[in-house]
Amino acid sequence: MSSPKIGVVSCSGEGCVEGTLSRVATRLVLEGLRPDNTVTICLPLFLSGEKGERMFAKHFPTISVDGCEKKCAEKAIEKYSGKTARSIVVSDLLPEWGIKEPKSRRNLDENGLNTASRIADEIVVAIDDLLASGK
Amino acid sequence: MDLVEPIFIIPCSGIGKSFGTISREAMYQVVEELRKCWTDTLCLSLLVMGDEVTGHLVQSHRCIAVDGCPLECAKKNLELADANLAANFRVIDLLKEHRNLKPKSVTFLDEAGYELAKILAEKIASKVDELTRGETDS
Repeated sequence: MSSPKIGVVSCSGEGCVEGTLSRVATRLVLEGLRPDNTVTICLPLFLSGEKGERMFAKHFPTISVDGCEKKCAEKAIEKYSGKTARSIVVSDLLPEWGIKEPKSRRNLDENGLNTASRIADEIVVAIDDLLASGK
Repeated sequence: MDLVEPIFIIPCSGIGKSFGTISREAMYQVVEELRKCWTDTLCLSLLVMGDEVTGHLVQSHRCIAVDGCPLECAKKNLELADANLAANFRVIDLLKEHRNLKPKSVTFLDEAGYELAKILAEKIASKVDELTRGETDS
């Protein structure tokens, strides 16, 4: 029997470092932390109207991971495929954790990677919670 | 040097395959190193979500789309936004020209991925030069 799948959708924003954090955190979950239970959706492809991506988000739970308060990933999913199961906003988490944003949006330094790892842990908590609740 | 209006380099934002990571890395090489004074970037998702400021920026400035795969999300969405699209590149085309380079990793590029990103960045930088030739001669 295949494992239950959850879509983790990152905003991927290139314009700000929080976008890099959201992207790297999402990849850490997909590749290392919960590879059997997660898939990702390419947000611009989803926004372009790709049917497979939109159908997935309609029928399976999704977790949006946004870099900034614009919440492109969350808004996109809710606009085209229904409410997200969980929403994570990096720019809300950093001040809550007392962490300054990394300087480079291109290459995360050690602190940036640690922050991405902490965000990935938040995503994992949301995944495990969804799996446990059977939603 | 005179101040110039930036050319926006907009990658596809894909995170599922290495192609998207290569397009993004090539963009950063151009925007942050090779043609720092001439170029900038913005979030494709923000544009596609209908952000007014972003929409205005792509209409009033020249843009270069850098797509990972043949679906061309960056190019198509720039066209839909009536952007001033000056050029476009595709990582998939570059792979055909450099079949010896086979990128595998997605989150952090491997050597082949960085090599492809470097080649792509140089092509984009050349296009920026072509587009801006003569613009600071005053």
